[in-house]
Amino acid sequence: MVKNSTEDIKKEVVISIRGLFKSFGDLEVLKGIDLDVIKGENFVVLGRSGSGKSVLIKIIAGLLKPDLGLVNVLGLEVDKLNVKDLHALRLKMGFIFQSSALYDSMTIKENLEFSMIRNYKKKTAKEVNNAIEEVLDAVGLLEKINEMPSDLSGGQVKRIGIARTLIMRPEIMLYDEPTAGLDPITCTEINELINEVQRRYNTSSIIITHDLTCAKSTGHRIAMLQDGNFLKVGSFEEVFETEDIRIKSFFDYNFIQ
Amino acid sequence: MNIRKSATRIINILYLTLKKRRSGNDLFTKQIDSFFVDVYKIHQFLARFFKEVFQRPVEFREIVRQCFEVGFKSIPLITLTGFVIGIVFTKQSRPSLVSFGAASWLPSLIGIAFVRAIGPMVTALIAAGKVGSNIGAELASMKVTEQIDAMDVSAVNPFKFLVVTRVLATTIMLPVLMVYCTFVGLLGSYLNVHANELTSFITFIESAFSSISFIDIWSAVIRSFFYGFTIGIVGCYRGFHAINGTQGVGKAANRAVVFSMFLIFAEELVAVQITSWINSF
Repeated sequence: MVKNSTEDIKKEVVISIRGLFKSFGDLEVLKGIDLDVIKGENFVVLGRSGSGKSVLIKIIAGLLKPDLGLVNVLGLEVDKLNVKDLHALRLKMGFIFQSSALYDSMTIKENLEFSMIRNYKKKTAKEVNNAIEEVLDAVGLLEKINEMPSDLSGGQVKRIGIARTLIMRPEIMLYDEPTAGLDPITCTEINELINEVQRRYNTSSIIITHDLTCAKSTGHRIAMLQDGNFLKVGSFEEVFETEDIRIKSFFDYNFIQ
Repeated sequence: MNIRKSATRIINILYLTLKKRRSGNDLFTKQIDSFFVDVYKIHQFLARFFKEVFQRPVEFREIVRQCFEVGFKSIPLITLTGFVIGIVFTKQSRPSLVSFGAASWLPSLIGIAFVRAIGPMVTALIAAGKVGSNIGAELASMKVTEQIDAMDVSAVNPFKFLVVTRVLATTIMLPVLMVYCTFVGLLGSYLNVHANELTSFITFIESAFSSISFIDIWSAVIRSFFYGFTIGIVGCYRGFHAINGTQGVGKAANRAVVFSMFLIFAEELVAVQITSWINSF
């Protein structure tokens, strides 16, 4: 599996963030983040728990409001959009939650069709079914179509979470800790799936993780987030070989783990 | 100008006092603060409901599904409670009426009691316990497991799908359940009366409804609409604003029941005053 290098990707910025600040009460989480995500790349944000990684993508998805700064997604300023425009933008974004957040009272099929039948009302039942079967096939879980989320394993839940976003054909994927709580083999499968999704659907992704294997195998570029700011942005090797003691300690700790 | 300055100064002092209290450890003042914050938030929630209930799209299938959940699934509990209350109330009232030589008034007493008070109140309290806690816990669970956020990011309005449908379902189904509860209660009462006096069912019903006015029936139906709305909106509000993981789910369910019961009693007091006032004309 060979990933595209950053140089191969046409340099069209799909997500642009400038001077992003966010705090909760007295706790300053993000302190002036600048970020550009290029079309077709997997951008990994590495960092310890509580460093503000999830807050960053929730701001990008419009789930949280920034205190200060510009968040531009596909040419639109997220925090200035009205509800209708924000919904239109969200149709172009896929958000995979850490817990996958599948609707546990619905079957897998109902989970997948939930957004599609409400946002694309002109689609026929056959078209919706075809789309469901296609994405379930893409994540290798076609046989689970009529099961409930509680019947699935952790890895399968993650796959269905990815399938649920893929069905809307998003241009941007936001992964929140996609390999958290999974065994090493399932982690590898999920990492491969993330790369497969990027290749097959030509998505641009932000992957939030503290898993170095995930970062190395999926990321075209890596950013190390700590103390509310990116300490270093570059390829995995560039970040890994830095002399910054804070980054080195994070890497050393993860290797020991 | 001086009045404006004074007003600004008073507001600033109040704000600083409130802020100072919030940072302190005084549990009582914190609870008072959170009460007012709740009142403000619930008004926002209500405003959002009335804004979205009239907007398209209408989640018709989900409304029907919720009506089934609220209505059909409450029938066993309503049947049992209404029936038992009918029997017990009749059995307890009989000796007093017999001692006054007024045993023949028993069906009328039961009719008035059930239509004016017991039917609507019992239905509302049971629904607050069963349906309100269910809604509170379900939405809170969805909130803490990020399912509500997942709906939001998939461009589906979670308020419309989860809140509007449930509130409409409780508002529609409570009057239906109230009518059913009253009927079952009267049936239970009839069995007790029949066992003692061999009264026919027709005679019992005629006698029970002889003292009931049109206003009494409509008052009960309208009150049930309000109780249903209260149960739905409070349950949804508590669930939608749940925090602190699984502990928050339990709290949301508990608060949904307590707060909706409190409001139901308050509404009942107001409704009784209004009905008495209308009846006086």
